[in-house]
Amino acid sequence: MNSQSLNQDLKNVDQLENYKIEIENLKKRLSYLEEQLADILEKKNKVGIVVFSGDLDRVLAALIIATGAATFGKEVSVFFTFWGLNAIKVKKKLSNKKWHQRLFAFLNPASASNLPVSKMNFFGLGSKMLKMMMKEKNVSSLEDLIKMAKELGVKFIACEMSKDVLGIEDEELIEGTESGGVAYFLSHSLNSSMTIFI
Amino acid sequence: MNYDVMLDVRGLNCPMPIVKTKQELNKVESGKILKVLTTDKGSIKDFQGWANTDKTIELIKQETEKDENGKEIYVHYVKKK
Repeated sequence: MNSQSLNQDLKNVDQLENYKIEIENLKKRLSYLEEQLADILEKKNKVGIVVFSGDLDRVLAALIIATGAATFGKEVSVFFTFWGLNAIKVKKKLSNKKWHQRLFAFLNPASASNLPVSKMNFFGLGSKMLKMMMKEKNVSSLEDLIKMAKELGVKFIACEMSKDVLGIEDEELIEGTESGGVAYFLSHSLNSSMTIFI
Repeated sequence: MNYDVMLDVRGLNCPMPIVKTKQELNKVESGKILKVLTTDKGSIKDFQGWANTDKTIELIKQETEKDENGKEIYVHYVKKK
């Protein structure tokens, strides 16, 4: 064997090693990109909604968007906080509360059926009129939309802090409502493509 | 136009036409075609927007008919992919 062909062989082995390393690097890069893509696709599939308001008209808008997004196949989480909690209450409970919490519970609507409208409420008359007008046009009531949202798998989350401040207990809320704080909400919202505050 | 199932949601308003259609689609096998009757004018654009966003359905055809009272009915043919 002459030295020239030996040199050539050694060179080929070197080059082969280099290719192997390059392939390994490309594989790593590919799996990294695949992970990123999976993240993006997951984000695209989620929608977050904050319901701060307890006004009938506003909560209606929130629930229409929630049910619509769920129809599109999106994973929807609705976070109810402060006045928004009135929309997912099922009853008014006055016992086991401090006097100011009891006053708050007494003055706040007992359920989705008793919410005021944000404008022209006139001590509840406006709310009654809007409901009449909606019925005339065959628009679903808020109660129906809430039921529909649950059927479509929309997740309801009640703000733990608001519940604590207002003295609202789990038994006062719609069955299946989860509780969580800001971090719980953010973990949903930051991983979604759209967040709405109502 | 051939279809497998018919859904009549006449009288219902936004967002119920698409919500009810989705619920009906959940019940049928893929490849089946659903004929949906609505009176909600907004449903024309609603079904288009839905089909553009949700890759699990296909909007095959939309047409407007008149019922016996001369009221407009919007008909949508949706296929489950």
